[in-house]
Amino acid sequence: MKQINYIIVSILFSAIFVVLYLSLGNEKIYDTEDLVGKKIPEVEINLFENSGVLNTKEFTNNEFTILNFWASWCAPCRKEHPNLVRLSKITNLKMVGINFKDDKSNAKNFLQENGNPFDILAKDKLGKKSVNFGIYGIPETILIDSELKILKKYIGPLNIKDVNEIRKIVKK
Amino acid sequence: MLSNLGNTFVIVALLISFLLVFFSFKEFKTNNNLIPVKIYKISLLQLFFTASSFIILLLAYVLSDFSLANVYENSHTNKPLFYKISGTWGNHEGSLLLWINILVLFSSLFLFINKNNDKDFKILTLLFQNILVIIFLIFLLSNSNPFSKLFPIPLEGLGLNPILQDPALAIHPPLLYVGFVGSSIYFSAALAALISKIDSQSLAISIKPWVLISWFFQTVGILVGSIWAYYELGWGGYWFWDPVENSSLMPWFVMTALLHSILVLERKIGLYSWVIILSILTFTMSVTGTFLVRSGILNSVHTFASDPSRGLFILSFLILMVFFSIYVFFKFAPFENKKYSIFSKETFIIANNWFMIFFLGVVLIGTLYPVFLDTITGSKISVGPPYYNLILAPFLIPLLFLMTSGPNYKWISNETKSFFNFVLVLSVILFLITFFIVKESSFLLNLILFFSIYLITQTLFDFYESFKKRNVNISRIISHLGFGLLIFFIYINHIFSLENNFNLKLGEVKKTNNYVIKFNNLEEQSIKNYKSIIGHFNISNKKTLRSQELKPEIRLYDKPVIITYEASIDSNLFSDTYLTMSNISETDVFNIKFQIKPFMNFIWFSVLLLSLGGILNFFKRKKNETN
Repeated sequence: MKQINYIIVSILFSAIFVVLYLSLGNEKIYDTEDLVGKKIPEVEINLFENSGVLNTKEFTNNEFTILNFWASWCAPCRKEHPNLVRLSKITNLKMVGINFKDDKSNAKNFLQENGNPFDILAKDKLGKKSVNFGIYGIPETILIDSELKILKKYIGPLNIKDVNEIRKIVKK
Repeated sequence: MLSNLGNTFVIVALLISFLLVFFSFKEFKTNNNLIPVKIYKISLLQLFFTASSFIILLLAYVLSDFSLANVYENSHTNKPLFYKISGTWGNHEGSLLLWINILVLFSSLFLFINKNNDKDFKILTLLFQNILVIIFLIFLLSNSNPFSKLFPIPLEGLGLNPILQDPALAIHPPLLYVGFVGSSIYFSAALAALISKIDSQSLAISIKPWVLISWFFQTVGILVGSIWAYYELGWGGYWFWDPVENSSLMPWFVMTALLHSILVLERKIGLYSWVIILSILTFTMSVTGTFLVRSGILNSVHTFASDPSRGLFILSFLILMVFFSIYVFFKFAPFENKKYSIFSKETFIIANNWFMIFFLGVVLIGTLYPVFLDTITGSKISVGPPYYNLILAPFLIPLLFLMTSGPNYKWISNETKSFFNFVLVLSVILFLITFFIVKESSFLLNLILFFSIYLITQTLFDFYESFKKRNVNISRIISHLGFGLLIFFIYINHIFSLENNFNLKLGEVKKTNNYVIKFNNLEEQSIKNYKSIIGHFNISNKKTLRSQELKPEIRLYDKPVIITYEASIDSNLFSDTYLTMSNISETDVFNIKFQIKPFMNFIWFSVLLLSLGGILNFFKRKKNETN
């Protein structure tokens, strides 16, 4: 019995140490770059105004779709907002805003103050749905095509260079 | 100069440690009954040289001697003296030197003041402890030398991360190290006990004071870390289940289990092997925690700059340590077969142990799971508070119950007691009163509330009863009371906390719940090593008509360039008002985080009580001995 315990304990610890050793060589920086080129998953998100839901499958009807994750409490979101308004002028690009962990009235005020660039407005009150899109901070913006493939992923606020890049991609 | 001196002292300390190991080993084989004076002298010498090397490093920081790379990287001439001193251990190399100092200090203290006179046991403990010292000294010299020289000598240093420039954080690492590293001495003693085959009572008496000391420092260290997180991080929380916090909590669970088991062992009722396992496990957990923090395999808010070679060294040490312990344990541990009566104190203490080990398991899995998953499958996840709350909260209920009833059972006996008594009725009434004030609907939370109240009332009642009989177990009463109050106030704080995030321009007013927040003024100041933007806010409570002035700050440090957000906290006895502001670039709007945090001071106080109970036991022990 003692012998068996001895072997079991030793094997258990060996396994743990092997994994810890391997983990030393791992890349520590979390990166969602490799999501580019992959399809977004099928997810249902609640709409902002009413109790309806938005299914990501619906984006297949659009030539291009922008998914922007934002919140009224997020400082850089305010900064990038004029750029979203610029993008909303592009005709073959649907703008979907996903309001992230926000207070409804604050979010409304935000849009009233800064303009509403979104064709569809959805909300992710708990921030859990956004995980499916590889979101780990806001603002983040994803550009997808009609096959739901991610063409571009912007982490942090969109700048004017990004706007021009999106314009170019959409025009092709 | 200081660099050479420091290096010399460290090398001499290493040589002396080898000498100590050599003599201890030689001594172990002799039939002498006493440890020769020579060994005592060498031990003192070792203490002198390690302490001197630490003082040299401290001096280098105070004098801002930038010929030491370590000082250059972590200090600056403009820094206040207090933070120059705390900068000594605010980095990997310096803290490693502090770690070694504590190892050596405990080694000497054990040799000089330990009451147990079994020579073999003592000399073996010394042997193992000094093998640890040697390993860490080699690590220091080969990989993490705080005395490394820099040439040409820079005129100015890079500065200490401003987030670490905080009084609480300055004393937080030394406190935790005494806890972490203090556990090394009973690790060494446990191995020595197995080989020298001392009896259970001697083992209990030998390690009890060391367990109490390390447990006390660990508890206070965790408390100070929490207070720092609350005041400095500006998030309004005090515990985040951050992997680094978990690393300090894991050894704490084992220490707490050990503390209770020793009570059983003292009375020769068993648990010999179990105490040995716990002693080994405590230090193993401490080293594991150190490995996780220093190797950088965890992503956390407060890790040191990571370096894989460090990780590899600590991991190699951990492997060596664990397998050596396993070998010694299976070769020497005696076979026990004790029968316990179900309704006796030991049963409750053993139950406490299982709970502690369960908590340890939950936290260990939560901390390691992301690392394992990442390594094995490559997918990144993070385990957060919901996991811990979901799994740990229900188990608090039986734990609180056991803490309430356990202490009133007698050792070994098997008498059963009726649970319906005055205290229970009183607790139910108190619970109902609280319930109608709080009106919380969650069944689980209500159970936790009830059992925390039950523990508090029962403990107070026990105090009254035992006071009448002039036989008060004051340390148990205070610790258990502290724990009951802690859970109670965490619950109240959780229920009544209020948080609101919004944007505000200068001169604007925000109304939220019962509060009106007015942004009155904005002021700029230049202070020694940073520039500060201070917001003046007036917060008035519509209900109580009380009004408060709060001044949150945004600080721009120049060395190194870092922006920090300083929360402004108006703390009174029952409630904290917590305000942080952050600027939104290119606009005149500020983002405001407004929080009401009730009973924070009571949470800190409860943990203080908890730790006080532990240290009182230490003094009680001393008193008993002199009698």
